[in-house]
Amino acid sequence: MSQTNFNEQSFPKGPITTVQGRCMCLKGDDIDTDRIIPARFLKCVSFDFLGDKVFIDDRFEGKGNHPFDQDINKGASILLVNKNFGCGSSREHAPQALMRWGIRAIIGESFAEIFYGNCLSLGVTCATLPAKEINSLMNATKSNPSQKFNLSLLTKILKGKENTWNINIEKATYEMLVSGRWDIANTLLSEGSKIKSIKQKLPYLNNFKNI
Amino acid sequence: MLSRKTLYDKVWDLHTVGNLPGGSTQLFIGLHLIHEVTSPQAFSALEEKDFKVNSPERTVATVDHIVPTKSQERPFKDSLAEEMLKTLEKNCKKHGIKLFQIGSGNQGIVHVIAPEAGLTQPGMTVACGDSHTSTHGAFGAIAFGIGTSQVRDVLASQTVAMKKLKVKRLWFKGELNKGVFAKDLILHVIKILGVKGGVGFAYEFAGPAIQKLSMEERMTICNMAIEGGARCGYINPDETTFSYLKHRPYSPQGKEWELAKTWWEGLSSDKDAEFDSEVIFDASQIEPTVTWGITPGQAIGISEKIPNPQELIDSDVDIAEQAYKYMRFNPGEPINGVPIDVCFIGSCTNGRLSDLRIAAQIVKDQKVAQGVKAFVVPGSEKVSIEAEKEGLDNIFRSAGFEWRKPGCSMCLAMNPDKLEGDQICASSSNRNFKGRQGSSNGRTLLMSPAMVAAAAINGHVSDVRKNFNKSE
Repeated sequence: MSQTNFNEQSFPKGPITTVQGRCMCLKGDDIDTDRIIPARFLKCVSFDFLGDKVFIDDRFEGKGNHPFDQDINKGASILLVNKNFGCGSSREHAPQALMRWGIRAIIGESFAEIFYGNCLSLGVTCATLPAKEINSLMNATKSNPSQKFNLSLLTKILKGKENTWNINIEKATYEMLVSGRWDIANTLLSEGSKIKSIKQKLPYLNNFKNI
Repeated sequence: MLSRKTLYDKVWDLHTVGNLPGGSTQLFIGLHLIHEVTSPQAFSALEEKDFKVNSPERTVATVDHIVPTKSQERPFKDSLAEEMLKTLEKNCKKHGIKLFQIGSGNQGIVHVIAPEAGLTQPGMTVACGDSHTSTHGAFGAIAFGIGTSQVRDVLASQTVAMKKLKVKRLWFKGELNKGVFAKDLILHVIKILGVKGGVGFAYEFAGPAIQKLSMEERMTICNMAIEGGARCGYINPDETTFSYLKHRPYSPQGKEWELAKTWWEGLSSDKDAEFDSEVIFDASQIEPTVTWGITPGQAIGISEKIPNPQELIDSDVDIAEQAYKYMRFNPGEPINGVPIDVCFIGSCTNGRLSDLRIAAQIVKDQKVAQGVKAFVVPGSEKVSIEAEKEGLDNIFRSAGFEWRKPGCSMCLAMNPDKLEGDQICASSSNRNFKGRQGSSNGRTLLMSPAMVAAAAINGHVSDVRKNFNKSE
């Protein structure tokens, strides 16, 4: 079975069926992508050096107490969040920074649309849980931060040391991730002839002759 | 059978290539706009995979986010900014993509230049690696922001994998009052429906109050759909749309114009179209609206006070507490009268000619209050040229505003235009997130360009309706 090994900092590849590792909590609704990665770090032509810039202004303000600075969270691979995570700017730099820091799955109450799609494009799993369950998961994580979790996409179960949570994954996301087709460029390109026929049909690409 | 489709359904169906596993759609993109910030990694990925650009003729590039607005002489002083533009130039040249370059007369903010060139038209799908792509929905297009991996996908295949959204119609009865603008309307919507209200939806803005708006006002509204969580916002095309488009460089000409118009007229949502959800607003009840917090939903009417936690629903309390602390405002304080350090007029939300005209009307024969730094950044070279022809630059300069060159400027501060320390900025832009305007403790109050102009003159947040009454 193909799965990503998080300790080796390898980025998601191929079918994704499991995410394993420690969880870390980042509380708060409406955390926007400007906070995840401030605009000044978008001045780059590659994503390579974004990992340690994640939440940099919040971390500076937190003086070492921000979740992304706490020793116990180093090496965590599952990020727990609340509502509307990743709202605002479409910058893929945000999930890229999280992924390069080591995050492979995000479980939250809800996600902003563009951020969610960007995560899928990178093979980073976004799953949801109702508020109550997120709280219980955050509490479980806090009471034993070193515990290892196993997130099975196939069974949609997140298993901790003592408890399990039934997570929700959108059907389309699920099928893309477990089939490995989330890396979608090849799939899209394989429809070359259909794309061509749409191009020949759309009025605005054909002098409006065929309306 | 009578059709009951929305414009969104019709445009979606026309562009559907096929279904993808799990129910996403492979959607053809009719117009792909690119810029220097979110495209370099997409081109690198393209080359890594040895893909070609599928439809360079349907791809248009410009440079906006990183350009300095004081001097645009090359090379830019900021070597990273220079590298980004060089990379874009190289990629466009290599792949045969048209670049609206600085000094060409066509450059500007991507969401300003495409409509003004007539590139954005009803019935198209428009994608760009920028969340404010929703702007183009003002023309009856389905337009949405995408990430860099999707930019790569669109470059390679001219298609993108997307889940179809539901459609929520926002119906506006009545009419906006004098001194109340499109910006107030959309801030009001986000105030009422929240920053999550549109997640999973496209917003259709409709009703008599919307029909009365100009194309530039409609763009302001659709631009900020994303701030309400809606990836797409659109308005059904009508005579206002068609007369805006007539004679634009990329608009259909001659015989084609009539054919195009006929096609466009059929795109509007059907009379009995079924919406997944609907909200009705009374435009005449909206007053000038200003944000007081750190999300665009934390907005109040100019006569209102910053809300107390007890007045908020439970789930809004935590973010309000963060906002009081960050903004250093106390609940119960009025927003009217809050002193301002910086005034910024510009951005893809409010950097168009009509925005500058209305602001100029307020500042004419007035002076910017002492200690306030005020500047105007036209949304595009065309806007700048037109404004200068009308003498707006002189009105602003005489009042003490700086008149800058086009770019995204202090909306997101990826260029030398930044707040310093905890300065408070009255801004015609679209986001008041923590640190958004370039200082990690800088504070942003979003408002209409007219309200920014009034704040500049008075030195504090004030009700611009008074200025309109005075000038009559």
